Amino acid sequence: MSPRDEPPSNVPADAYERERVANTRPADWRNPQPGGPYQLAIVGAGPAGVVAAEMAASVGARVALIERYAIGGVNLNAGSVPSKTLIRTSRIYADMRDAQNFGANVPDDVEVDFAEAMERVTRVRARLSRDDSAQRLAAAGVDVYFGEARFVTSNSLAVDGHTLGFRKALIATGARPHIPNIPGLAAAGYLTNDNVFELTALPRRLLVIGGGPLGCEQAQAFCRLGAQTTIVQNKPLFLGQEERDAAQILSEAFARDGIEVRLNTTVLAVRTTPDAKLVDLISDDYRNTVGVDAILTGAGRTPNVEGLNLAAVGIDCDASGRVRVDDFLRTGNANIYAAGDVCLESSFVDTATASARIAVQNALLRRSDRWSDVVIPSCTYTDPEIARVGLSVREANRLGIPVKTFTIPMHEIDRAITDSETAGFVKVHVRGRSDRILGATIVARHAGDMINEITLAMVAGIGLRKLSRVLHAYPTQAEAIRQAADAYNRMRLTPRVRSRLLRRIES
Amino acid sequence: MRWMTPEDEAWLDQLQHAAFDYFPRATNLRNGLVADNSRVNSPVSIAVVGFALSAYPIAVERGWIQRDAAVQCSLSALRFFRDSDQSGGPAATGFKGFYYHFLQFDTGARVWQSELSMVDTALLIGGMLTASQYFDAESSDERELRALVDFLYRRVDWRWAQDGADTIRQGWKPECGFLHYGWEGYSEAILLYALALGSPTHPVPRDCYEKWTLTYQWENLYDIDSLYAGPLFIHHFSHAWIDFRGIRDEFMRQKHSDYFKNSERAVCIQREYARRNPREFAGYDENCWGLSACDGPSDERPEVPNERRRLYGYAARSVPYGPDDGTLSAPCVLASLPFAPEVIMQSLRNMLVRYPEVLTEGRLASGFNPTLAGADGCAWVSAGHYGLDQGIVLMMIENHRSGRIWQWMRENPYIRAGLRGAGFRGGWLQQSSSGGAG
Repeated sequence: MSPRDEPPSNVPADAYERERVANTRPADWRNPQPGGPYQLAIVGAGPAGVVAAEMAASVGARVALIERYAIGGVNLNAGSVPSKTLIRTSRIYADMRDAQNFGANVPDDVEVDFAEAMERVTRVRARLSRDDSAQRLAAAGVDVYFGEARFVTSNSLAVDGHTLGFRKALIATGARPHIPNIPGLAAAGYLTNDNVFELTALPRRLLVIGGGPLGCEQAQAFCRLGAQTTIVQNKPLFLGQEERDAAQILSEAFARDGIEVRLNTTVLAVRTTPDAKLVDLISDDYRNTVGVDAILTGAGRTPNVEGLNLAAVGIDCDASGRVRVDDFLRTGNANIYAAGDVCLESSFVDTATASARIAVQNALLRRSDRWSDVVIPSCTYTDPEIARVGLSVREANRLGIPVKTFTIPMHEIDRAITDSETAGFVKVHVRGRSDRILGATIVARHAGDMINEITLAMVAGIGLRKLSRVLHAYPTQAEAIRQAADAYNRMRLTPRVRSRLLRRIES
Repeated sequence: MRWMTPEDEAWLDQLQHAAFDYFPRATNLRNGLVADNSRVNSPVSIAVVGFALSAYPIAVERGWIQRDAAVQCSLSALRFFRDSDQSGGPAATGFKGFYYHFLQFDTGARVWQSELSMVDTALLIGGMLTASQYFDAESSDERELRALVDFLYRRVDWRWAQDGADTIRQGWKPECGFLHYGWEGYSEAILLYALALGSPTHPVPRDCYEKWTLTYQWENLYDIDSLYAGPLFIHHFSHAWIDFRGIRDEFMRQKHSDYFKNSERAVCIQREYARRNPREFAGYDENCWGLSACDGPSDERPEVPNERRRLYGYAARSVPYGPDDGTLSAPCVLASLPFAPEVIMQSLRNMLVRYPEVLTEGRLASGFNPTLAGADGCAWVSAGHYGLDQGIVLMMIENHRSGRIWQWMRENPYIRAGLRGAGFRGGWLQQSSSGGAG
């Protein structure tokens, strides 16, 4: 692949796609001529790189942004944006099939127009690409380079035949799908997060390898779009990071959707025949084979560090291949920082951009902000969504922190009942008998939006008790959070407190 | 109980006696093994054998069978396990002192490629220890019985079942080694840990129990604080043998509670859930409830891949997050008797007045589903009876009526040592027992 090419794309080159390419990777782009050293050189123009560049430029720094493929990185071009766009379409179909539960009538034979759904993905991508276009970044004062970057010294890197001097650099090259080593998989061909959104026809039968967030989201979306979907997970539960009840609710949702679930199951090999890809599975001692038309894999991520020449400038990587950073996001080289998927365990857009901000502040403004101080929410965009922030009970127990959970099932919430969205819960974990919020898990149709209130409370140091004094618009699903706070207050009403209050009333 | 009328007592006696009658009918007299359920060709479940071994002493005390007959039944089973194939082969009976979950009724060989089950072996050993506590005479048979139990308990290699991990594994198969069910949180495994910690031969280290309790969740749900576990049977099984009143481990000390109170709260949560009835199933209310492991209707069609399922067959149903397909378990309600006697009597009476079809041959069917009522208006009812249901009902009624099993097991040195090893203190554990430490 020449350094200026994007990975091969099957997306039809319609007007939307042409717009996206023109924004994120203009064909006629000419790299600037580097002058004196940049105050900040950023390698990789995904969410972390773009935020870092904008931030550095906004304070007047001379900043270079170097991208191998296209501005926006995995997020815009192959990650969250296309995936959430397609999930929305799949939810519409699921709702249509479920219409009777809402007292609505929809014809039984709802037909999925997959091409139409994918055209919407292209349209949305094009629209969002305007925000991060190369031209807009250049106008904001960022020198945008397209090409492969390679560190030469602690103060210089090579791009496209030029040498760029820098005082500080930021590695934000992201990560790519990790392909499991399964015999026959490469020969059979597979889809990954990077190219699944370039499909032009829906595979009739789809096998998803991996029951983490990406695997679960995509298995459900493709199943709802009409693919006969099997999900294979080599662990006993989905979403190993989440608590058991969240995984239980998701299992039930999958059963309703008709996803064939294979837990504790490993893919042994893939064989190709003219009619199908035959996937050999083993679960404990049970072996069997499923025939599918497409295999989606690569839920794990491999950091993009190849070709950067990191060792030569004293930067090392951990066992997973991630760039090793300290709590200030500084690499082994004091001039060079890292942010986003290339160095973090969590691979989310919000963590990528938050880490980019910290890295830029520490690198340029000589601050000492710590990554460990950041409160990180995350969300798996299945239906219902599963969102989490702060500590889980398991983590708190391991750290020896006494923890108590206030649970409100969504079936207690009026707005969840009116909307027939009662699957799920809000669980808020507090420290011991205090109201200090340690973390929360929310499972609800819009859990990703709801979790932000808990994140805000944690960042602002607001306790659960105070949240009960915050009026929540009625009826909304976020009321579940206030009800958890109310439950906390009721718990404080011990017989002693009650008799004291009674004395006051009677006096 | 003060408020229990003679009629109540008589009714409980009837239910308990009928539950006991499951065992003689389902037992293979040649080897003492007991069928999992009353359906044709049912295999043996080792857990049900554990319940049977606990049932005979109760039946002797209640005058339902002769002591000698009970001893002979127990001896048959114990001798079978002593002589059973412990090679761990695919058609053996056990390995390392553990046993496969399901065995062939006539030969006792493994069936269904079932797993070597740690928790079901614990329930079996619990039954053996009950028998050895009760049959304390100096006759040669009863001496043999006690020696066999001691031998079989000491043979179990609990340490091996830890497989180098933090906690005890749940299963093992000769075809693939240890299984990974990923159980987390509070479960019926306290008995398993007590037995594993009390073993004089192959004990697990003490921190094993502590590491298991690290997965617990203390939750406030429907304004009730409890150690959460969704299916109700989890709040019963260890309690059938162990009297948790007044004894606490470190977790419960921190929470100012105990496991007995916790089971009482589990009953409250179940009733609150049924009263709310979020999925709008027929029949549910605060006097008609009971989500637990039980048999239920199924819409499984094995020939159809990717079927959309709403009915779960035999499954551990759970509050408040499901699975819940409208199927309730009457046995799990009755098994809660010691924790909330008044409520249980009221609920069970109500359930049986409304759904008399749940009681067949005087015994409670495993599950019933009023939402799936037939043309005759009767609820869907699981066919036949399950040994686990009858066993837990029998034991918990006895514990409620006389506390006998609890009393016997309080005297057992292994249980005492195991509970102490798990950090339990207080109550009867502080008092000296009549037996010495094992």
